Amino acid sequence: MKLSEIIDRLALEVLTPLPEDREVTGGYTGDLLSWVMGRAESNMLWITIMTNVNILAVASLRDLPAVLIAEGAEIDAAVLDKAREQEIALLRSPKSAYTLCAELADLLK
Amino acid sequence: MSEPLKFHFPVSGGDFTSAGKASVQVKKLLRQLGISPDTIRRVAIAMYEGEINMVIHANGGSADLEIYGDHIKIILADTGPGIPNIDLAMQEGFSTAPDNIRSLGFGAGMGLPNMKRYTDDMQIDTEVGVGTTVTMRVNIA
Repeated sequence: MKLSEIIDRLALEVLTPLPEDREVTGGYTGDLLSWVMGRAESNMLWITIMTNVNILAVASLRDLPAVLIAEGAEIDAAVLDKAREQEIALLRSPKSAYTLCAELADLLK
Repeated sequence: MSEPLKFHFPVSGGDFTSAGKASVQVKKLLRQLGISPDTIRRVAIAMYEGEINMVIHANGGSADLEIYGDHIKIILADTGPGIPNIDLAMQEGFSTAPDNIRSLGFGAGMGLPNMKRYTDDMQIDTEVGVGTTVTMRVNIA
Protein backbone atom coordinates (compact mmCIF):
# COMPACT_ATOMS: atom_id res chain seq x y z
CA MET A 1 0.00 0.00 0.00
CA LYS A 2 1.18 3.52 -0.76
CA LEU A 3 2.48 5.51 2.19
CA SER A 4 0.01 8.32 1.46
CA GLU A 5 -2.92 5.93 1.76
CA ILE A 6 -1.64 4.59 5.08
CA ILE A 7 -1.30 8.16 6.36
CA ASP A 8 -4.86 8.80 5.33
CA ARG A 9 -6.39 5.60 6.69
CA LEU A 10 -4.55 5.76 10.05
CA ALA A 11 -5.05 9.55 10.32
CA LEU A 12 -1.33 10.15 10.86
CA GLU A 13 0.15 13.56 11.45
CA VAL A 14 2.71 14.41 8.77
CA LEU A 15 5.62 16.17 10.49
CA THR A 16 7.94 16.47 7.51
CA PRO A 17 7.11 16.22 3.81
CA LEU A 18 7.25 12.85 2.08
CA PRO A 19 10.19 12.91 -0.33
CA GLU A 20 8.50 10.10 -2.22
CA ASP A 21 5.20 8.21 -1.91
CA ARG A 22 6.76 4.82 -1.35
CA GLU A 23 5.11 1.42 -1.32
CA VAL A 24 4.93 -0.05 2.19
CA THR A 25 4.55 -3.79 2.58
CA GLY A 26 5.14 -4.18 6.29
CA GLY A 27 6.21 -2.61 9.53
CA TYR A 28 8.83 -2.89 12.22
CA THR A 29 8.66 -1.65 15.76
CA GLY A 30 11.46 -1.11 18.24
CA ASP A 31 13.41 1.56 20.05
CA LEU A 32 16.87 0.02 20.06
CA LEU A 33 18.56 1.49 17.03
CA SER A 34 20.93 -1.36 16.19
CA TRP A 35 18.09 -3.81 16.42
CA VAL A 36 16.13 -1.79 13.88
CA MET A 37 19.22 -1.36 11.74
CA GLY A 38 19.79 -5.10 11.72
CA ARG A 39 16.24 -6.33 11.27
CA ALA A 40 14.05 -3.77 9.53
CA GLU A 41 13.73 -3.99 5.76
CA SER A 42 13.53 -1.13 3.35
CA ASN A 43 9.82 -1.45 2.54
CA MET A 44 8.84 -1.27 6.22
CA LEU A 45 7.27 1.55 8.16
CA TRP A 46 9.24 1.95 11.41
CA ILE A 47 7.13 2.58 14.49
CA THR A 48 9.01 3.92 17.53
CA ILE A 49 8.80 6.24 20.52
CA MET A 50 12.41 7.35 20.00
CA THR A 51 12.65 10.92 18.76
CA ASN A 52 16.33 11.79 19.03
CA VAL A 53 18.37 12.73 15.99
CA ASN A 54 19.85 9.26 15.62
CA ILE A 55 16.58 7.87 14.28
CA LEU A 56 17.29 9.88 11.12
CA ALA A 57 20.58 8.10 10.52
CA VAL A 58 18.88 4.72 10.96
CA ALA A 59 16.01 5.65 8.63
CA SER A 60 18.40 7.00 6.05
CA LEU A 61 20.93 4.17 6.17
CA ARG A 62 18.25 1.49 6.18
CA ASP A 63 16.28 3.29 3.44
CA LEU A 64 13.01 3.19 5.37
CA PRO A 65 10.01 4.82 3.69
CA ALA A 66 9.07 6.73 6.88
CA VAL A 67 9.37 6.82 10.66
CA LEU A 68 6.11 6.80 12.62
CA ILE A 69 6.42 8.28 16.12
CA ALA A 70 3.95 6.62 18.49
CA GLU A 71 2.31 7.90 21.68
CA GLY A 72 2.45 11.48 20.37
CA ALA A 73 6.05 11.68 21.59
CA GLU A 74 7.54 15.17 21.49
CA ILE A 75 10.20 15.82 18.90
CA ASP A 76 12.73 18.66 18.88
CA ALA A 77 12.51 21.33 16.21
CA ALA A 78 16.18 20.66 15.42
CA VAL A 79 15.40 17.03 14.61
CA LEU A 80 12.51 18.08 12.37
CA ASP A 81 14.78 20.53 10.56
CA LYS A 82 17.37 17.86 10.02
CA ALA A 83 14.72 15.41 8.78
CA ARG A 84 13.54 17.96 6.20
CA GLU A 85 17.11 18.59 5.14
CA GLN A 86 17.83 14.86 4.79
CA GLU A 87 14.44 14.23 3.17
CA ILE A 88 13.20 11.75 5.73
CA ALA A 89 9.45 11.45 6.25
CA LEU A 90 8.45 11.70 9.92
CA LEU A 91 4.89 10.83 10.91
CA ARG A 92 3.19 10.84 14.29
CA SER A 93 0.16 9.45 16.05
CA PRO A 94 -1.19 9.67 19.62
CA LYS A 95 -1.80 5.91 19.56
CA SER A 96 0.53 3.34 21.11
CA ALA A 97 3.04 1.38 19.06
CA TYR A 98 0.98 -1.74 19.73
CA THR A 99 -2.23 -0.20 18.39
CA LEU A 100 -0.45 1.24 15.36
CA CYS A 101 1.10 -2.13 14.54
CA ALA A 102 -2.27 -3.83 14.83
CA GLU A 103 -3.95 -1.24 12.62
CA LEU A 104 -1.17 -1.32 10.04
CA ALA A 105 -1.23 -5.12 9.94
CA ASP A 106 -4.97 -4.95 9.39
CA LEU A 107 -4.55 -2.48 6.50
CA LEU A 108 -1.86 -4.58 4.83
CA LYS A 109 -3.76 -7.86 5.08
CA MET B 1 46.32 -2.97 -10.74
CA SER B 2 44.92 0.48 -10.27
CA GLU B 3 45.13 2.20 -6.92
CA PRO B 4 42.03 2.04 -4.72
CA LEU B 5 39.99 5.17 -4.10
CA LYS B 6 40.63 6.19 -0.50
CA PHE B 7 38.60 8.30 1.88
CA HIS B 8 39.31 9.27 5.48
CA PHE B 9 36.78 10.40 8.07
CA PRO B 10 37.55 11.50 11.61
CA VAL B 11 34.97 10.34 14.19
CA SER B 12 34.62 12.62 17.19
CA GLY B 13 34.02 11.09 20.59
CA GLY B 14 30.96 11.62 22.78
CA ASP B 15 29.10 13.42 20.03
CA PHE B 16 25.86 11.60 19.38
CA THR B 17 24.27 14.32 17.33
CA SER B 18 26.81 14.04 14.56
CA ALA B 19 27.37 10.30 14.95
CA GLY B 20 26.58 8.62 11.69
CA LYS B 21 27.76 11.60 9.67
CA ALA B 22 30.56 9.66 7.99
CA SER B 23 28.22 6.79 7.10
CA VAL B 24 25.67 9.10 5.52
CA GLN B 25 28.46 10.80 3.54
CA VAL B 26 29.76 7.41 2.44
CA LYS B 27 26.31 6.42 1.31
CA LYS B 28 26.12 9.48 -0.96
CA LEU B 29 29.62 8.97 -2.21
CA LEU B 30 29.05 5.33 -3.17
CA ARG B 31 25.81 6.24 -4.89
CA GLN B 32 27.71 8.76 -7.02
CA LEU B 33 30.18 6.03 -7.90
CA GLY B 34 27.33 3.87 -9.16
CA ILE B 35 27.69 1.11 -6.54
CA SER B 36 24.55 -1.04 -6.17
CA PRO B 37 22.01 -0.03 -3.46
CA ASP B 38 22.39 -3.33 -1.61
CA THR B 39 26.18 -2.98 -1.37
CA ILE B 40 25.82 0.66 -0.29
CA ARG B 41 23.38 -0.31 2.45
CA ARG B 42 25.72 -2.99 3.80
CA VAL B 43 28.74 -0.68 3.83
CA ALA B 44 26.80 2.20 5.39
CA ILE B 45 25.25 0.08 8.15
CA ALA B 46 28.52 -1.60 9.06
CA MET B 47 30.23 1.75 9.14
CA TYR B 48 27.49 3.40 11.20
CA GLU B 49 27.62 0.67 13.84
CA GLY B 50 31.39 1.03 13.98
CA GLU B 51 31.18 4.79 14.27
CA ILE B 52 28.69 4.53 17.12
CA ASN B 53 30.93 2.01 18.89
CA MET B 54 33.86 4.40 18.69
CA VAL B 55 31.72 7.30 19.95
CA ILE B 56 30.37 5.26 22.89
CA HIS B 57 33.43 3.32 23.94
CA ALA B 58 36.58 4.89 22.57
CA ASN B 59 36.09 8.65 22.60
CA GLY B 60 36.13 8.64 18.80
CA GLY B 61 38.63 7.43 16.26
CA SER B 62 38.86 7.31 12.50
CA ALA B 63 37.11 5.59 9.64
CA ASP B 64 38.85 4.81 6.37
CA LEU B 65 37.23 3.57 3.24
CA GLU B 66 39.08 1.96 0.35
CA ILE B 67 37.24 1.17 -2.83
CA TYR B 68 38.70 -1.52 -5.06
CA GLY B 69 37.28 -2.94 -8.27
CA ASP B 70 35.55 -5.88 -6.63
CA HIS B 71 35.31 -4.96 -2.96
CA ILE B 72 35.20 -2.17 -0.42
CA LYS B 73 37.37 -2.14 2.66
CA ILE B 74 36.34 -0.30 5.82
CA ILE B 75 38.95 0.31 8.50
CA LEU B 76 37.82 1.66 11.85
CA ALA B 77 40.61 2.51 14.26
CA ASP B 78 40.54 3.89 17.77
CA THR B 79 42.82 4.30 20.76
CA GLY B 80 40.10 3.36 23.23
CA PRO B 81 40.07 0.80 26.05
CA GLY B 82 40.19 -2.28 23.78
CA ILE B 83 37.87 -5.30 23.93
CA PRO B 84 38.82 -7.75 26.73
CA ASN B 85 36.67 -10.62 25.43
CA ILE B 86 35.85 -10.62 21.72
CA ASP B 87 33.63 -13.73 21.88
CA LEU B 88 31.44 -12.07 24.47
CA ALA B 89 31.39 -8.77 22.55
CA MET B 90 30.26 -10.65 19.43
CA GLN B 91 27.20 -12.12 21.20
CA GLU B 92 23.93 -10.48 20.24
CA GLY B 93 22.55 -8.57 23.21
CA PHE B 94 25.83 -8.27 25.12
CA SER B 95 26.63 -4.64 25.79
CA THR B 96 28.80 -2.61 28.13
CA ALA B 97 27.22 0.70 27.14
CA PRO B 98 26.24 2.91 30.10
CA ASP B 99 22.58 3.69 30.92
CA ASN B 100 22.64 7.24 29.56
CA ILE B 101 23.66 5.80 26.18
CA ARG B 102 20.93 3.17 26.32
CA SER B 103 18.30 5.84 26.86
CA LEU B 104 19.23 7.18 23.42
CA GLY B 105 18.42 3.82 21.87
CA PHE B 106 22.00 2.58 21.68
CA GLY B 107 23.60 -0.25 23.62
CA ALA B 108 21.40 -3.01 22.22
CA GLY B 109 24.44 -5.26 21.97
CA MET B 110 23.90 -5.57 18.24
CA GLY B 111 26.67 -3.35 16.92
CA LEU B 112 29.45 -5.86 16.28
CA PRO B 113 26.99 -8.66 15.32
CA ASN B 114 25.42 -6.33 12.74
CA MET B 115 28.85 -5.39 11.41
CA LYS B 116 29.66 -9.05 10.93
CA ARG B 117 26.29 -9.84 9.44
CA TYR B 118 26.46 -7.10 6.83
CA THR B 119 30.02 -7.67 5.69
CA ASP B 120 31.78 -10.53 3.91
CA ASP B 121 34.74 -10.50 6.25
CA MET B 122 35.53 -8.83 9.56
CA GLN B 123 38.77 -8.85 11.55
CA ILE B 124 39.15 -7.34 15.00
CA ASP B 125 42.59 -6.38 16.27
CA THR B 126 42.38 -5.22 19.83
CA GLU B 127 44.59 -4.73 22.82
CA VAL B 128 43.28 -3.73 26.21
CA GLY B 129 44.43 -0.23 27.07
CA VAL B 130 45.80 0.39 23.58
CA GLY B 131 42.91 0.40 21.15
CA THR B 132 40.91 -1.47 18.57
CA THR B 133 41.03 -1.70 14.79
CA VAL B 134 38.17 -3.34 12.96
CA THR B 135 38.74 -4.15 9.29
CA MET B 136 35.75 -5.14 7.20
CA ARG B 137 35.36 -6.19 3.59
CA VAL B 138 32.22 -5.94 1.53
CA ASN B 139 32.30 -7.56 -1.87
CA ILE B 140 30.80 -5.46 -4.62
CA ALA B 141 27.71 -7.20 -5.92
